[in-house]
Amino acid sequence: MIGVQHYLLLSAALFSLGLLGVLTRRNAVHVLMGVELILNSANLNLVAFARYGSGQIAGQVFAVFVIVVAAAEVAVALAIVLTMYRLRRTPNLDAADSLRG
Amino acid sequence: MTPEAVVFYLLAALTLGSAAICMLARSLIYSAFALLGAFVGVAGLYLLLGADFLAATQLLIYVGGILVLLLFGVMLTHKLYDLDLKSGTTQFAPGLVVSATVFALLSWVAFHAPWRLGGGREPAPTTAALGEQFLGKYLLPFEAASLLLLVAMLGAALIVRRRKDA
Repeated sequence: MIGVQHYLLLSAALFSLGLLGVLTRRNAVHVLMGVELILNSANLNLVAFARYGSGQIAGQVFAVFVIVVAAAEVAVALAIVLTMYRLRRTPNLDAADSLRG
Repeated sequence: MTPEAVVFYLLAALTLGSAAICMLARSLIYSAFALLGAFVGVAGLYLLLGADFLAATQLLIYVGGILVLLLFGVMLTHKLYDLDLKSGTTQFAPGLVVSATVFALLSWVAFHAPWRLGGGREPAPTTAALGEQFLGKYLLPFEAASLLLLVAMLGAALIVRRRKDA
């Protein structure tokens, strides 16, 4: 029987894979992909609790809002990445160090 | 093993395998297509959880919108700015340690927290119920989300435009 713990474990694994990408990749677009994986893992948690938890549909409503916010965030983040390419001629995040002390 | 369990493990394998390829592959295009596999796997899991409208939304917006945007962004900048489509990793061992620690912590919480589950909700068509929630109880966040999308579109276009002055 598949219970809520199965989905929680799966989303924990997805979260840590996305976190690995965010922490270790050099290219900004790879980091964005990691952030999308993290958002998807949170969505999976929300929908799993909507199914196995209190019986309300509010979890799925929240998940739709998370998808909306993720779409807006990817658009703005890609705009920033494109501007960074234009300025620094490299996609490596190590080059974004103007604020470094 | 019930059919539900078989489908769950297949979808979980697809999702986690694609996520691993996405985060470990060297080439950006391989990662983008592996991310496609991860999104499709998550959409299948939504269907297994009875969230039919959300699965369709996931496929439309994530695969058809966000992934296409990422691919266009990668390919167009590759053409325009002559950037290398391969990317390495930096500080992989500490990142792996942190990621494994977070996974251990989250799975410990998943198994040891006293989740007070109610009866749950049997899988049923959700579109009408979601519509009632969006136009009823969650109307203000709904309108705020549309405002957010407008502002994000304007902001992205504004950030990317070329300046005419020097």
